[in-house]
Parts: sequence; C-alpha cells; structure tokens
Amino acid sequence: MPGALPLGDPAPTDGLLPPQAAIGSSERRFGLYVHIPFCAVRCGYCDFNTYTATELGGGASQDQYASTARGEIALAQTVLARSGVQPRTLDTVFFGGGTPTLLDTDDLTSVLAAAIDTWGLTPGAEVTTEANPDSVTPESLMALAAAGFTRVSFGMQSVQPHVLKVLDRTHSPERVPQAVQWARDAGLAVSLDLIYGTPGESLGDWESSLDAALGYAPDHVSAYALIIEDGTKLAAQIRRGEVPEVDDDDHAEKYLLAEEKLQAAGMQWYEVSNWATSTTQRCRHNLAYWRGDDWWGVGPGAHSHVGGVRWWNVKHPSAYASRLAAGLSPAAGRETLDENTRTVEDVMLRTRLVEGIAVNRLSPSARKVIPQLIADELVDGGSAIRGTLVLTLRGRLLADAVVRKLLPED
Amino acid sequence: MGECRFGGWRANATPMPLPANSEEMPVSPMARTAPVPAATDPAIIRNFCIIAHIDHGKSTLADRMLQFTGVVENRDMKAQYLDRMDIERERGITIKSQAVRMPWELDGTAYALNMIDTPGHVDFTYEVSRSLAACEGAVLLVDAAQGIEAQTLANLYLAMENDLTIIPVLNKIDLPGAQPEKYAEELANLIGGSPEDVLLVSGKTGVGVEALLDKIVADLPPPVGDANAPARAMIFDSVYDTYRGVVTYVRVVDGSLNPRERIQMMSTKASHELLEIGVSSPEPTITKGLGVGEVGYLITGVKDVRLSKVGDTVTNLAKPAAASLSGYADPKPMVFSGLYPIDGTDYPVLRDALDKLKLNDAALTYEPETSAALGFGFRVGFLGLLHLEIIRERLEREFNLDLISTAPNVVYDVTLEDGTVITVTNPSEYPTGKVSEVREPMVSATVLAPSEFVGAIMELCQTRRGQLGGMDYLSEERVELRYRLPLAEIVFDFFDLLKSKTRGYASLDWKADGEQAADLVKVDILLQGEQVDAFSAITHRDKAYNYGVMMTGKLRELIPRQQFEVPIQAAIGSRIIARENIRAIRKDVLAKCYGGDITRKRKLLEKQKEGKKRMKMVGRVEVPQEAFVAALSSDDSKAKAKK
Ligand SMILES: Nc1nc2c(ncn2[C@@H]2O[C@H](COP(=O)(O)OP(=O)(O)OP(=O)(O)O)[C@@H](O)[C@H]2O)c(=O)[nH]1
Ligand SMILES: C[S@@+](CC[C@H](N)C(=O)[O-])C[C@H]1O[C@@H](n2cnc3c(N)ncnc32)[C@H](O)[C@@H]1O
Ligand code: SF4
Ligand SMILES: [Mg+2]
Repeated sequence: MPGALPLGDPAPTDGLLPPQAAIGSSERRFGLYVHIPFCAVRCGYCDFNTYTATELGGGASQDQYASTARGEIALAQTVLARSGVQPRTLDTVFFGGGTPTLLDTDDLTSVLAAAIDTWGLTPGAEVTTEANPDSVTPESLMALAAAGFTRVSFGMQSVQPHVLKVLDRTHSPERVPQAVQWARDAGLAVSLDLIYGTPGESLGDWESSLDAALGYAPDHVSAYALIIEDGTKLAAQIRRGEVPEVDDDDHAEKYLLAEEKLQAAGMQWYEVSNWATSTTQRCRHNLAYWRGDDWWGVGPGAHSHVGGVRWWNVKHPSAYASRLAAGLSPAAGRETLDENTRTVEDVMLRTRLVEGIAVNRLSPSARKVIPQLIADELVDGGSAIRGTLVLTLRGRLLADAVVRKLLPED
Repeated sequence: MGECRFGGWRANATPMPLPANSEEMPVSPMARTAPVPAATDPAIIRNFCIIAHIDHGKSTLADRMLQFTGVVENRDMKAQYLDRMDIERERGITIKSQAVRMPWELDGTAYALNMIDTPGHVDFTYEVSRSLAACEGAVLLVDAAQGIEAQTLANLYLAMENDLTIIPVLNKIDLPGAQPEKYAEELANLIGGSPEDVLLVSGKTGVGVEALLDKIVADLPPPVGDANAPARAMIFDSVYDTYRGVVTYVRVVDGSLNPRERIQMMSTKASHELLEIGVSSPEPTITKGLGVGEVGYLITGVKDVRLSKVGDTVTNLAKPAAASLSGYADPKPMVFSGLYPIDGTDYPVLRDALDKLKLNDAALTYEPETSAALGFGFRVGFLGLLHLEIIRERLEREFNLDLISTAPNVVYDVTLEDGTVITVTNPSEYPTGKVSEVREPMVSATVLAPSEFVGAIMELCQTRRGQLGGMDYLSEERVELRYRLPLAEIVFDFFDLLKSKTRGYASLDWKADGEQAADLVKVDILLQGEQVDAFSAITHRDKAYNYGVMMTGKLRELIPRQQFEVPIQAAIGSRIIARENIRAIRKDVLAKCYGGDITRKRKLLEKQKEGKKRMKMVGRVEVPQEAFVAALSSDDSKAKAKK
C-alpha cells in the first residue's frame, strides 16, 4: 500500500512552473529520476509506489510504460523551457522503483536514450539503476552498460534466508554475488542495499549479512533500519502478533556494528545510511537530494524539485498515463518553498551528510544550541569551531533530535 | 385566547389579565390560558423542585412537564431540554439547576408552576440546597428499578430541613425491571404515609405525569408573603451571560419588583437600575414585573456576579426592607488542584477564564501559585472531582486552553513544634521543619447497598481508615452503612472501587465532618535528582511506599526516553523509598531511502516538532503534557463523572 502523497497546492494542467524556479537555474546542477512502478511481488515491508499487475488499464501496462515515460521527458523539456529554466546537461540519472529491471532492457535503455537526446549527459555523469538480484542477467547488465548506465544498486537486504523470508524477498542469497560479478563484468559500479533490524534477525545474522556484503566488494553500501510503514502487510502481521516488533535499541546496536565493519573494510559514511569506498563512489544523485539541487522526476508519484519549487505526479500509473495521453502535465500538487521552509529543509537534509551544514546557514536561535550539542557529543566540536556542524557517531543515531533542535523558531 | 393558548409568554405578547376562574371550559391537561407574571395571585402559584439520586430521571421528567404544559412545543422538544451546556449534554448529567415557569389548569383554574430541575451528583448538592430555598415543595423522584439511593436520602434530608412538602414519585415504571410495590413501600416508610400515596410515572413515556402535575397543584402550599411590604427577593442563582451581562434569578418573598425601578442588594447596599425583568419559560420572557411568590430573573447591566451574590436579598431602593432574608453560605471547596497552562504565555488567558467561570460558580475559588516544574498557574478549590473535571474541561473547551492539573489534594492543618499552624492546600507548602501535628478533613459518609455486599464495603472502608458509625436495614435486603472517613481517602478512586466491589449496586453520599490528627507524610518525586513539586503528595505514612512505587512506575511508562538516563525517585524527606529508571534513547533517526519525497519528510519533522512543543521541561527532562495529566489524574476519572 503506497504511502499518501503530500498535500500542497494544486499544480496547473500545463505544468508551468512559478517564476521562482528559473532564478539562478544556470548555476545549479540538474538530474533526472525515473520511477518504474512495477515489482514481481510486493515485499511485506514496502510502501513504495509500485504495482505487481502487468496490466493496469488505461494505457498503463508494463509494455507501454517506457513510451509513456518518454512522453513525460518530452513534456519536461517544454515545461522547463517555457518556464524560463536554463537547459542543462544531466549530471545524474537514477532509475528507481519499484524494480526498474523488471522492464525489458530495451525499454529501460530507450528511456535513458530519450533523456540523453533531450538534455545530454555531463561528462562523467552518474547513471544508476536499482535492481533486484533476481531480475538481472549477464546480458541485461551488459546491455545497460552499453546504453550508458554506470552503476547498479542491488536490493540485497540480508544474507540470511529466514530474514529474507520475513521481508518477502524472492531472491536466494547465492544470487547476490553472482549478480554483483555480472555487473562488475559489465563494467558497472555496484551498490548493495541492506536492511537491518528485521524481526527475528539476531546481531549475528546482521553481522553475517555485513560480512557477506563486504565479501562481494561493493563500491557503495546503503544500510537502512527496517521501518514499519502503516498499511503494509508487515505492519498488520506485527499488530496481530504474528511477527515480533522491531526495537530501536536493536537498531542502534546494529547501526554501530555496521559502522564498525564498513569502516574497517575501508568504507566511509557520507550520509546517515550510506557508505562508499571513496568520495567518487558516493551516490551523486542521492547527494543532489540532500543538497537541494534540481531534478526532474519522471513517472507516477515521482517528485521533482527545481529552484525551490517541489511538485509530485499523480500516483496511479493509469491516471499518470491518461494525463500524458491527453497532453496534460501529470503533476498533482506542488509547493513553492518560502525562506523559512527552505531553511528547515536545509537543516533537515544537510545535517545528515558527512560534509555537514555550515553554521551560517542556521537561524540565530539555532546557533545558540550548538554548545549544548557539542557538550552532548552530538556534533563534532572541532568542525563546529571551524564553521560546520558534522554529526558524531552518536549524533548520527540521534540525527532527528539534532535536526529538531536546529530548526528555526517559527 | 389566541396566541396565549400554550402559555408561552413572549416578549412582544401583551400580557392578558385573566379571571382566576375562567368561565371557559377547563381543558386539562393543558392550561388554555396562563396566569400572567406580576399579576398572579400567590394562591395560584406553586413552586417546586425535582430532586433525586443521579440519573433517576429528573431532567427527563422535566421534559415531559415542559411538553404537557405546552411551554415547549413537540417539534422543539429534545431529550433533557434543560441541560443546555455542551458538557451536560455530552455527559448526560445536570450540572446547573434550571427554573422554568409553566401554566397548568386544574378544576378550571389556571395555575403558574415554577419548576426547578436540579443536579443529582454529590458534588453539586449545593445547587440543590439553593434551589430548595426558592420552593415550597419537592418532587422526590426514585427510579423504580433502583430504589432509594444515597443521594435520595441526602436530598430528601435537605428538603425536610427546608420544611418543604414532599411528593414521593416512582419513575421509570415502564422499565421491565421496575418494582413499584416494593419501592413504594420503602418510600412510604421513609417519608411517612402510605404506599398508595406514591405516584407512579414514566418520564420516558409520559405515563402519570399529568396526574403528578395535578397533585403538585393540589398538595403543595402556595407561597405566602406580604404583597404590600417592601420588596424582598432571594437570589438563588446568578449567571454571567456574554450577551446580557449578569442574569440574576430570584424568588420574590414580599412585595414586588418592577421594571425601571432601582433595586438594592441588601448585603452591599449597592443599587442598580432594573433594565429587564422576566421569567424563564423556558426561554427568557420579559414581564411587567414579579410579585409575591414568583420566580424569575433580573438584568441590571452589572457585569460582575459578585455584585449580585447568591444568597443575598434584593430590595427596592426607594422603599427598602428592614431585614434581609436569611441567605446561605457559599459552599466550601473540598478538593484542591493546581491548574497550569501548558503554554506559559496563556497564563493571563487562564486568569481571565477563571474570573469568567467564577461568575457562574460561587463554589469555585482560586489563588495564583507558582510551581518550579509547571511555571505560573492557580491553586483552585473544587467541591469534588467531578467539579474539578468539569471546570477543567470547560476551561479547555470554552477558552481554548491546554492545561495541566496537578494531583488533587485536600487541605491540611500542620502544627509546627513552635505552635504555628500552617494551612496546606498544596503539598509543596508542606513545611520542611519539625512538625508536631497534622490534621486532615473528615467526612461522614452514607453507603446504601444490597446487604450481600456489607462485607466487601466494610473491608474497603477499613483500608481507607474509616470508622463505622452505624448500620441500618432499610428493608431486609437493603442496608445503610455510616462511616467516618478521611476526605483524602474517598475523594479519588473510592467511589469507583465501591461500585466495582458491589457490582454497581452501592450508592454513596458524604458531607464534611470536622477533622482529625493523623500520621501523614509528604512524598516527593524526583526526576534526575530534581524534585518535581507537581508530583508531591501528602499521604498516610502507611501508604507512602505504595504511592511512591505507583507514581515512579507510572512516570516510567509515561515519560519518553531521553538522550540520557533519567532516574525517577520517590522520597520522604531525604529518604528514598522507591526508584525507577528510564534508559537513555539510543536511536532517533529515520534511516530509509525516501527518494525525492522531501515534502513528506519535512511534514513528518514538523509533526515531531509540534509534539515537542507540548512538552514541559523539568530540568533537562522533556515531560509530555500527557504524562502530567495521566500521572496526576486517577486512572478512570472520566468514568466517574457518569454515575
Ligand atoms: N426507561 C426509562 N428511562 C428513563 C426514564 N426517565 C429517564 N430515563 C433515562 O434515565 C437516564 C437518566 O435520565 P436523566 O433525566 O438525565 O436523569 P437525571 O436525574 O436528570 O440525571 P442527573 O441530572 O445527572 O442527576 C437517561 O438515560 C434517561 O433516558 C423513564 O421513565 N423510563
Ligand atoms: C526503492 S527500494 C527499491 C529497490 C528494489 N526494488 C529492491 O527492493 O531491491 C530501495 C531500498 O529501500 C529500502 N527499503 C524499502 N522499504 C523499506 C522499509 N520499509 N524500511 C527500510 N528500508 C526500506 C530497501 O533496502 C530497498 O532496497
Ligand atoms: S522489490 Fe523493492 S520496490 Fe518492490 S516491493 Fe520489494 S522493496 Fe518495494
Ligand atoms: Mg438531570
């Protein structure tokens, strides 16, 4: 059950952006997100906007999806131009889902080709796709690399079959090293997604997942604490007592273990849940989200951000397809951020990064709490004195508390 | 007689004098004409109130009377018509008495009935006693399925003290479980007279209500007074209304009150011009005045009810009476609690709100106080827990306040070794020095229950330090137990326990009964070593440990984990008697990939931040408002209101 869309102002049917979006656009980086709203099965914990039916009606079948998405790319170009936003080449492209690799490889590459045709790629651009380990083959990965993909992110989640079972994952653990190897053979950088704190997962289980993942020598690891989202099957199972609850202390323990092991293996954190072998292996697309860069999000329920204007598309693939078929913008709602909201977001997003947030971006009232944050060992004292707040390890575990303290008073 | 047919006096309707004995056919039940206020012969006036145990159906019976006398038309009728406050309607109980003038015809004579519907809950007994002073008679209502209960006795006692004529009535005879013969017998034993004198009615179906109205006319004495004497009217209620200012309800004893004349309050000698005078029927209806025996309202433009005090006597400035009527004392608050705004800047709002509520509620007393944990607030005195709850709810609802109320306590007199006596209405005022004696308020309580529960009731009263005063069998299976108990022991959960130990059958009434010396101590609660005055309590030494364990345990559940460990301790002086620990929180971060949905993430954060705003800082510990509310209120005080 996908989570609800935020409430905002209604978006105009022509998709035109308010004037604010254009201001200073030539100085900002630009990226593209493409949402692929299909999965083979829905995992019990997942509330992403994804569907398992191959036929959704209204021109939203999986077969037709690529052409619909290309339609939005064409629309994006027009809307940006007519809104006065400078054309820029793409620094990053990210295919996420859902399971992008559930689409035919040709379909996927056709969407990338359309994007490249439209905007062009910045030299050295990062082009990622998410993939489930069992939805790729050596051939498909080769084809993706040939089409311009540079990076693949596999949803490994765990190495323990009983954990994968609770998560409803369909792949077998042995499939992961194979998929990683194929990706390497195709010349792709590899990231692995892990989930910790699944009900029934012991500390030892988690350690074995970390060991296994590190054994496959990924360039990048995302480790997420399992979040029980409202309306998911897992939430219902926990409510009915069929599955034990997740526990914050257990999560904390496992986060510390992850940090310890990943660091020992030469990986450095750069965002609360993300580690990379080097700065160049950091996911630049994700960083763009945290830094407030511009990107266009293609696909049902996809979110976009251009110059302080955020908008989001209609959620259901059928509604999405019929909007585009009628020549209308698929945007459902949007918001134009005011000064205060921008500061709130800045704090909320940048605080999570290893590069931290510059003290001079904070409101005067927020600056007053810095000494206490240092005393509580939540932020690094040395960096703070040099003008940037950077979370300590303890601060990373309590990042939301730190953010709340740093918000401007309203 | 045209528009006056139903006796609804409208402001624009010309009052029409009536022959006392209309030649027109008397068509009972409904009076075809109504006696006109100010021109009504006292001989055709009947003033009565309906008294009963809580929920025995007073307001419902009043509904039928309003309907049968035609003052409320059928299409306008709604259940418990006179319970007008939101809080009354939601809880299904009466809190304020309401007086209504209704016409009724018997044997060809049109009479004017003034009915007062009263509350049944023990906290509001003082409302009943005020109402009684305005009446010559009382309808004593008893639920025919429940029989006589504790407040039946208490209210009957009050009515007899006031020399009222009692009309005994069994209500709810439509219920399958009704036992009219049995309870008529019990009632007759209590009041004297024969079971046949007990009327059987159903406020729900209306059966017997006309006969009751007839009997009220036939049996109750008319008011007596001297029409030519200087005016004397007793104020039995005084209500502040945003639109009309203070509305004063009076019962005229001698003389008359007339529009545009100047009246005088006999206690203060303050004089005011009468801007409006009228009767409630049940809507306010302007009249040409009020004469002997009549019940109505006055409006003088006064904005402060204290200038129009309940119990005072109103007279005519030009022709003042020599002696005032004997008034009644303001009720004494029994239970005290601190009320604090969550948001400190709301303090002036709270002060104004209390001032406003005080206008309608003589029983409400308050004084500013400060708490280290809660900031600026008020120590407020109440008649009981229901009263506390209702005031609190009204403050929150009508004045949009978020409040914390501290654990209710009673008043103690503490004597120090040097002989000084300190009155403690707040545990934090409890002296730290050497105490030679502590005295606590006592009550005498009456419990009525089926005899099979005697053992359980005695056991409960025993654990509450009660002394048995006596025991009587009202009938073979119904027993009355009389206990003397410390007020502090009954004011919180006693009634709930009593109900649960007697499967709901017991009823309770109590009244203040002096004080006694007792071995009492103050238990403090410390968060991270810091004393939280709001959680301190004065308890009997034998119960201090229980209180400490209970409170520390409760707080451990209620206070969320913080970034550091928080010890919670209970102490008597410097001696720790109980201890709990809140472990430090280790994780407070959402670590999941939300894609680009930054808006959702921000909304989540804003919600968290809102939540934090509702926290009170105790030292460095964030204590949610709910923790204060839940820790300080007895668990199911909500359930208690409706009993
Ligand atoms: N079956 C039946 N139910 C009745 C009758 N009279 C009242 N009730 C019900 O008894 C409950 C209490 O009635 P109220 O009229 O509010 O009682 P009350 O005595 O005014 O209560 P307080 O003002 O709170 O003391 C309500 O649910 C009524 O519907 C009756 O004659 N028959
Ligand atoms: C958008 S999902 C898509 C990737 C791909 N479909 C897959 O599941 O392998 C990206 C990652 O989010 C993480 N994720 C999804 N739902 C989560 C949840 N409820 N709690 C924590 N992490 C979650 C998983 O690690 C997942 O790999
Ligand atoms: S495969 Fe990924 S996107 Fe699909 S349901 Fe599972 S977690 Fe969600
Ligand atoms: Mg009532």
